[in-house]
Amino acid sequence: MTARNLYRKGLNNLMLTLTGVCALLTVSVLFAILGYLIYNGGKSLDLNFFTKLPLSPGERGGGMANAIVGSAEIVGLAAIFGIPVGFFTGVYLAEWGGRTFSFLVRYMCDLLNGVPSIVIGIFVWVMVVRPMKTYSAVAGGIALSLMLIPIVAKSTEQFLSDVPSALREGALALGATKWRAIATVVVPAARKGIMTGMILGIARIAGESAPLLFTSLNNQFWASGLKEPTASLPLMIYFRALSPYHDWHRQAWAAGLVLLSMVLIANIAARLILSRGGSPNRG
Amino acid sequence: MSSLAKANMNTHTKEASVSESSKPVEPPQGQAAAPQSLSQQTASPQTAVPKMRASGVNFRYGTFKALHDISLEFQTNKVTALIGPSGCGKSTFLRSLNRINETIRGTQIEGEITLDGEDVLKMDVTSLRRRVGMVFQRPNPFPKSIFENVAYGVRVNGLASRSELPDIVEKSLRRAALWDEVRDKLHQSAHALSGGQQQRLCIARGLAVDPEVLLLDEPCSALDPIATAKIEDLLVGIKDQCTIVIVTHNMQQAARVADNTGFFLLGKLIEHDRTDVIFKNPSKKETEDYITGRFG
Repeated sequence: MTARNLYRKGLNNLMLTLTGVCALLTVSVLFAILGYLIYNGGKSLDLNFFTKLPLSPGERGGGMANAIVGSAEIVGLAAIFGIPVGFFTGVYLAEWGGRTFSFLVRYMCDLLNGVPSIVIGIFVWVMVVRPMKTYSAVAGGIALSLMLIPIVAKSTEQFLSDVPSALREGALALGATKWRAIATVVVPAARKGIMTGMILGIARIAGESAPLLFTSLNNQFWASGLKEPTASLPLMIYFRALSPYHDWHRQAWAAGLVLLSMVLIANIAARLILSRGGSPNRG
Repeated sequence: MSSLAKANMNTHTKEASVSESSKPVEPPQGQAAAPQSLSQQTASPQTAVPKMRASGVNFRYGTFKALHDISLEFQTNKVTALIGPSGCGKSTFLRSLNRINETIRGTQIEGEITLDGEDVLKMDVTSLRRRVGMVFQRPNPFPKSIFENVAYGVRVNGLASRSELPDIVEKSLRRAALWDEVRDKLHQSAHALSGGQQQRLCIARGLAVDPEVLLLDEPCSALDPIATAKIEDLLVGIKDQCTIVIVTHNMQQAARVADNTGFFLLGKLIEHDRTDVIFKNPSKKETEDYITGRFG
């Protein structure tokens, strides 16, 4: 074998190894985090964690029921505010927008997506928390929805653009109005992708802590309404981890485990929806 | 369409076929404006009133001029084929007739197109497309059940009540010669059908709203010969109920199904006449060159 051939073969093997090691590293990070969370948080994870309120430092036991429900409330509100706006923005961009205005909206979406989440938190503090004179689940939901809108808009636009224009023309050629064609043919054809984008978007915002610091804050007890400071899992982790108490640290790990599991489940559900084969019209 | 109008149109066909068979086959003498000569040739006064008429149609995609001054008539209950090499504008012209080209950005149309004397370009576009149906090059069934595909146009136009839908769906599928193959799986996905069946489904979908004109844009180009033959048969079968315009690459197909044929080249209508005249005795050299396979 000539030296040239040896060199080519060697380089080939080297690059294969390099890329393979990097891929392995990426995958192992997730498993390292998951393993560490299970090791540290698993011990504190019991039924009480899901059903009991937090206790004062020094008392053993207690849970984070209020933070779990609070997170669900805040994320739910964010979905109610953000998904329709994001979805219709995406529909507009994919189906109606002219060139210039669409470009602007798309660009703004990218920028909004890139705004640091702590800045969104401060913005909502100024716009919502200060006028309302209280931290609240509503403010937290609004802050998260501002992060959700561009994610949903972009993914909706993407999946709608992938729908072949032959389907649009088919519907229009039968005398459907444009909106009717979009609502009854184009969106259903892209339904799986759009839903996946929404689920991934929600999973993405569910773990955010910075926007909630200035908006929903925290609460050791049950919030008595959506206009009260409300506990959430990410902030519970933050405050627990900052505390000097060992028992609280363990609870923070447990909360991290619960949060990560929820995000993973949402991700897996999204993949399943997207990959589910069979008749496109069913289920 | 009212049943009265339909009966009226049926009469036209009969008279037309009688008058046609007794007519001598003579090539036109090299006129520039083929449509006029055509209406003189088909002597029956009823058929002299065209279903659709285009006059002086120019069409632009941005700065590219795709159609140059096209004037053409489509006679009631006749099949008109538009032939010509790729990129000659025949599909563009067809897609102007139901204004589906408007959905493409930056297009511009000039001239006049009429449907029963009414200006198509000023008509409400949804009612125009209800009256002028279209079948596309590639079968494009919606990702819905077979039933829902056929019922779609009826639903969006509010043409019938829910209880009438099954009858309309069956009738349309029968007209498209598909009923026997799908009667037991109406609620299965349309995507499970073969390509030829999908295209007949698209025809059934178009027929369900009782169009007065049916436009077909190379409907068989993605199909095998057997599926093609089925579609050609069904076209001949439905022309007593609607006027048909078919764009085709396949000259044999034009010869088989069309009463009249128009030849397009580089965005111009070169010649338009009865199909047998176009194929046996074309008046223009370009037409003859294309027909005999010298180019295209």
